Amino acid sequence: MSSSSAFNDDKGGSSSVGEPEYGHDPASGGIFSSDYKRHDDLKEMLDSNKDSSKLEAMKRIVAMIARGKNASDLFPAVVKNVACKNIEVKKLVYVYLVRYAEEQQDLALLSISTFQRGLKDPNQLIRASALRVLSSIRVTIIVPIMMLAIKEAASDMSPYVRKTAAHAIPKLYSLDPEQKDQLIEVIEKLLADKTTLVAGSVVMAFEEVCPERIDLIHKNYRKLCNLLIDVEEWGQVVIINMLTRYARTQFLNPNINESLLEEGGGGEKTFYGSEEDEDDEEEEKEKKSEAAALAKRKPYVMDPDHRLLLRNTKPLLQSRNAAVVMAVAQLYFHLAPKAEVGVIAKALVRLLRSHSEVQYVVLQNVATMTIKRRGMFEPYLKSFYIRSTDPTQIKVLKLEVLTNLANETNISTILREFQTYIKSMDKDFVAATIQAIGRCATNIGEVRDTCLNGLVQLLSNRDELVVAESVVVIKKLLQMQPEKHSDIIKHMAKLTDNIQVPMARASILWLIGEYCEHVPKIAPDVLRKMAKSFTNEEDIVKLQIINLAAKLYLTNSKQTKLLTQYVLNLAKYDQNYDIRDRARFIRQLIVPTEKCGALSKYAKKLFLALKPAPVLESPFKDRDHFQLGSLSHLLNAKAGGYQELPDWPEAAPDPSVRNVEVPEWTKCSSREKRKEKKVEKPFYSDSEGESGPTESADSESDSASGSESGSGSEESGSGSESEESEEGSESEEEEEEEEGEEKDQKKKKNKEIKKPVQESESENSSEEEERKNERKRRQRKNDSESESEEEEDESESESSQSESEDSDSEAEVKKKKVKTAQTKPPPKPAKTDNKKGKKEMSLLDLDDFEPAPSPQVTPVNNFLSNSLVTDLEGLSLSDNVLSPATISPSSATKSYELLHRITGEGLSVEYCFSRQPFSPDANMVAVQIEFTNNTTNDTKNLHMEDVKLQSGMRVKEFPEIELLPAGETTTAVMGIDFCDSTQAANFQLCTHSRKFFVSIQPPVGELMRPVFLTENEFKKEQGQLMGMNEITEKLMLDVKCRNEHAIVQRVITAANLSRVPCGSDKECSPPVLPPELPVHRFSGRTVTSSSLVLVTVASKEEGTAQLMVNCEKMVIGTMLVKDILLALTQ
Amino acid sequence: MLSGSLNGKQGEIRHQKGINVSLPLTKMIHSVFLINASGDIFLEKHWKSVVSRSVCDYFFEAQERATEPENVPPVIPTPHHYLISVLRHRIFFVAVIQSEVPPLFVIEFLHRVVDTFQDYFGVCTEAAIKDNVVVVYELLEEMLDNGFPLATESNILKELIKPPTILRTMVNTITGSTNVGEQLPTGQLSVVPWRRTGVKYTNNEAYFDVVEEIDAIIDKSGSTITAEIQGVIDACVKLTGMPDLTLSFMNPRLLDDVSFHPCVRFKRWEAERILSFIPPDGNFRLLSYHVSSQNLVAIPVYVKHNISFREGSFQGHFDLTLWPKQTMGKAVESVLVSSQLPRGVLNTNLSASQGIYTFDPVTKLLSWDVGKINPQKLPSLKGTMSLQAGASKPDENPTINIQFKIQQMAISGLKVNRLDMYGEKYKPFKGIKYMTKAGKFQVRT
Repeated sequence: MSSSSAFNDDKGGSSSVGEPEYGHDPASGGIFSSDYKRHDDLKEMLDSNKDSSKLEAMKRIVAMIARGKNASDLFPAVVKNVACKNIEVKKLVYVYLVRYAEEQQDLALLSISTFQRGLKDPNQLIRASALRVLSSIRVTIIVPIMMLAIKEAASDMSPYVRKTAAHAIPKLYSLDPEQKDQLIEVIEKLLADKTTLVAGSVVMAFEEVCPERIDLIHKNYRKLCNLLIDVEEWGQVVIINMLTRYARTQFLNPNINESLLEEGGGGEKTFYGSEEDEDDEEEEKEKKSEAAALAKRKPYVMDPDHRLLLRNTKPLLQSRNAAVVMAVAQLYFHLAPKAEVGVIAKALVRLLRSHSEVQYVVLQNVATMTIKRRGMFEPYLKSFYIRSTDPTQIKVLKLEVLTNLANETNISTILREFQTYIKSMDKDFVAATIQAIGRCATNIGEVRDTCLNGLVQLLSNRDELVVAESVVVIKKLLQMQPEKHSDIIKHMAKLTDNIQVPMARASILWLIGEYCEHVPKIAPDVLRKMAKSFTNEEDIVKLQIINLAAKLYLTNSKQTKLLTQYVLNLAKYDQNYDIRDRARFIRQLIVPTEKCGALSKYAKKLFLALKPAPVLESPFKDRDHFQLGSLSHLLNAKAGGYQELPDWPEAAPDPSVRNVEVPEWTKCSSREKRKEKKVEKPFYSDSEGESGPTESADSESDSASGSESGSGSEESGSGSESEESEEGSESEEEEEEEEGEEKDQKKKKNKEIKKPVQESESENSSEEEERKNERKRRQRKNDSESESEEEEDESESESSQSESEDSDSEAEVKKKKVKTAQTKPPPKPAKTDNKKGKKEMSLLDLDDFEPAPSPQVTPVNNFLSNSLVTDLEGLSLSDNVLSPATISPSSATKSYELLHRITGEGLSVEYCFSRQPFSPDANMVAVQIEFTNNTTNDTKNLHMEDVKLQSGMRVKEFPEIELLPAGETTTAVMGIDFCDSTQAANFQLCTHSRKFFVSIQPPVGELMRPVFLTENEFKKEQGQLMGMNEITEKLMLDVKCRNEHAIVQRVITAANLSRVPCGSDKECSPPVLPPELPVHRFSGRTVTSSSLVLVTVASKEEGTAQLMVNCEKMVIGTMLVKDILLALTQ
Repeated sequence: MLSGSLNGKQGEIRHQKGINVSLPLTKMIHSVFLINASGDIFLEKHWKSVVSRSVCDYFFEAQERATEPENVPPVIPTPHHYLISVLRHRIFFVAVIQSEVPPLFVIEFLHRVVDTFQDYFGVCTEAAIKDNVVVVYELLEEMLDNGFPLATESNILKELIKPPTILRTMVNTITGSTNVGEQLPTGQLSVVPWRRTGVKYTNNEAYFDVVEEIDAIIDKSGSTITAEIQGVIDACVKLTGMPDLTLSFMNPRLLDDVSFHPCVRFKRWEAERILSFIPPDGNFRLLSYHVSSQNLVAIPVYVKHNISFREGSFQGHFDLTLWPKQTMGKAVESVLVSSQLPRGVLNTNLSASQGIYTFDPVTKLLSWDVGKINPQKLPSLKGTMSLQAGASKPDENPTINIQFKIQQMAISGLKVNRLDMYGEKYKPFKGIKYMTKAGKFQVRT
């Protein structure tokens, strides 16, 4: 606000200056005369009827604005065109309007109605752009209008418009901060939005308007974590930074135990090097509080939400956007356990290949990090070597990092490298190198002498700057052990004749004065020379001359009394009052007079007191109290609007605030949102071209409209284990992971006490944890026997629970066990795969327990046989080859009417999808057709004709039925290749006398055949079908369908899938979900393209459930979700 | 120095700590100024209220202090604003911001702007920007909303604003039609925001260039101090519809650290080391990678050098010979040797066995365009350098920078196994090209 008004004046000024030169600007083109009337010309063009001349005029005006010329007098002429039909003219008018509306508020109001109309436009993009421009017009009068528009847009059905609303919030806020409360309400609403499009923008608005309202994030925390990977890159940066702050207030310090350990163990210290001294104060405070809490504090357990954040941000280290990588890096630096921070080093080093500005910022942050965690970057030492082509500011920063990384082991390499730098032509850089050598020498005692010798050699360098810098550094080094180096001091005394750099001269004089006892002969002579040149010296040198004189007077008054008097007299009349003051002060102190004897007694003590050696430390020390990656960190100064990174809380705040009550959620999505969805649908289907022809097959009543499923897939594509993300079940699972981690940590502790080197190992294991990969698990098990035992215990208890839980399945399980026991020596794979005919398998085994496909079979039986076979498959170990196509529950077949008895004049035809493989062609779906002749006459020559198909589809006709006697029923099988679409196959059914137009349209569930997958394979495949290929829906299970059996039954009826046995691989992977929250998985492949179709139904408390479909064919997936949803909810 | 200037402020900052700023400071990018090499502001764009261009005075001050343009600090604090700048093609892009914002955010965005200009106009020069000022303005308008990035994907931008071509400019002037897309950009709303919909080509082609760069520092004695291979895969994909591509490598283990275009499915890479993606339309960088440092880097070119100055003679001796090594039979081409000679060198008198050499007595830059190295006849550059009379022998030795190219080879040995397309019926034409280049390849003498 304040700024905008302030700049108005400036602008006015610049415009009056700028205007006359307009015509002379070569870029403006020669068309214009430099005549002052040119604006009339433009006005005329703007008033004309032709769009082309309007456009031309607007282009010229925009070019004027671009060059900073004033075009405000054209406002009335331009604003008239705000409703122009031509899009480009319109856009340019918007540009103009946004630029000048502030100055011409009254006229700007004329345009408002146009935008208000735009806000109601049926096209979402027009609505969005209207809101964008409206909110960009900085005119206070329209604040209420903007508020209204934002509120309306925030509940718009289009996520794009909602995004624009989020963008508009900060605009309104900066225009009128009074609106804050109302805006927070809007932000709260938008934060609940589930689309990735909105997430980044609304968090941005949150950060600008109400960053202190951290409580608004609780409910959305998990969602944001899971959406993160799919948010656009700029939004990611903002969200990650915000979540860093959030995590600092909500979780415990993951390194809290390590600092305790350090206290006791001591062995750690070498590993993390100098860190101890750095945050002494902080840590002391911490330790105190910890000591108190130590007794009652349990070992640290990471909050699952904390882990969620770390896990979901990690992949973003691979982003191409440097800002995203930096954001993740700082998040890890501030939030991750020490053992895990290392992962960011590689990514940061990668950024060093980028533009030099990026390097500059990254190096600043790396410099800060290297002080705290040197070990992290040590492997990348060579990446910080300096090239002669680097800009100086980059060189200096790299030098800083190299210095921070120096330790006893690598110092020799680093010093050798420094030696080449000293020969560089870039003298600023050489000076910085000398300082770096000095710092290495102070930090690492072993090389102090080597460094000092090297620096002394530099004293004979031809370049004065180099010498001067060396002197300054040598001075600091000598202060540490002056006795040993009197010859160096002598050498430097000689340099006073040549060196002109004031700082260097001052340093030499100070050295000689301080250690005058080591060089008793030279010191008075130096003073003599200096007294001679006193008047020509710089102030800093003069002060040191006075110091030198005073010190010599005190130690060697015989030789220097007169010289001192002379110098003090000169100083008395110096122009600089500092020097005059100093002279007066020193004279009183050292020259004994009657009046002030008291102090002069102590003069020697005052001047020649032992002075502590200076500590050469990095300018980046303690910079990490600023959030890394921030502007404030870079400048080492708090920038306006910087949000402090809060300290970790002493005790963790209630983690349950992040729990999202599931019933509420589903309610919301099923009722409130449904209204929206329906409206949204037609809108989406016309704007989104990709929705394909099959979309039309959807009936309007289908609950999940295209739009919702689209956004759903966005949402679910995010998390790594999105199937369970945000769910209770997930947190359950995470807890288990955490437990594992906890164990790890315990073990780690034990190990660390013995051997700090174990660090890296523990890092590995924690990484492993993140992958649920079975193999990894096994490895870890080998690592730690005890742990695996525990896991097995868990899995057993789970399985027993599930048995008792499911009364239905209990018996089956038992039976299964019996059967499997009988068949213990694994039988020949009980499978047929006659579809492809590749694997010839014996059919006979199946007959043992697979009932013939008939509608009479009871579902229970069916289910039993199904799981039984899968059980056997589990034994045979060659599971993925086997496709249990034939064991699909034929009970699920449902008949559809092809021809009604009346329209068919007595002939009625029904068809069903038998779910049998169609042997002539594996890519075809078998359709079993049942003809019933209800007439009294025979029907002859039943056959198909005139097949009309969509491109790509094929039909294998059923063999002609020559005779269908009256009252008889017969069946035939035909095959249709639907090409994985739900397009109908149209054909004519002909009898000897009549032709009937009929069509067969498959439900989407019939376009697939079951395949067998183990749980692990399933998860693996699922992992590859994330993002767009994944569709998630919440649902409320039908009352009758709350047990496992019913769910499985209904899903298998709805779609030709096979169930993925859960727990058949118990030994390999620990049970991830407790039995009361079962997850059912189903797998299949589409018939034509063999794309995997994976269905997961995770049921939860009180009949809510989550349905997830992963399928490469998005259309199939979408439709399948609808069908299964319908099956489960009715 | 750096430390000095910053330390001074520290006290003041500590002071401010704890004071909560209640005034709403708008975050993100406030304005952008484009400044050319001679220090003229030739374009300005404001997203919020207008900031006077006098704010750039602070920038000019910093520019004066820095001896070289690349030494201008990317972030300059001024009393009321912060200036964050990038330098590309000798143009400074200066963003004005008012309050805390991650500096990399702004820097990355400005680079993205430059990339977009380059994409649109072929080059990003002052002249090109001035010629297309309206398009530039329209682009900037779309890329930022209230200072927050809105549309930065070139595919979306091209749907919104068509890039200028000579033909279109002519047609536009005749017919009065526009270069603003009539269609509304649907890509922004889809789940694949980087790809526009309804792409159609008669020839469906997908080209991938695997380009590897060797960064190396070779010391005086010819031993390698540090050598790394950085690679990128740049793609030019012109395929109809919504193709879903997978690219797999023979030896994906070579890739140590990778960063992807957002289109790449990260999980698939994690699990199988296969790049699976729906590509953007046109040119894009699919992947950049770093070859793990455990692998020894083959250095394809060695330099035998003898550059010496004798005390008192005002003459220097210069002798340079190149020879190829470890090139797996491929020719080393486009070799360019350059070296910044010490300030004391007045002129050179050298003879090259092949190629052309030039020496600029003002900048003291020696460059030698060698061309292709023939292993039978090693290229050499020999002769003397004359020093300024009375000047002492320079104690620094010049560094030699070498550029070269080797076609049809990726020095790390990376090989693409296969490229498959799903989701569309047609057969695309696929091409993969390998190339090795020198990155920052320096020989210290």
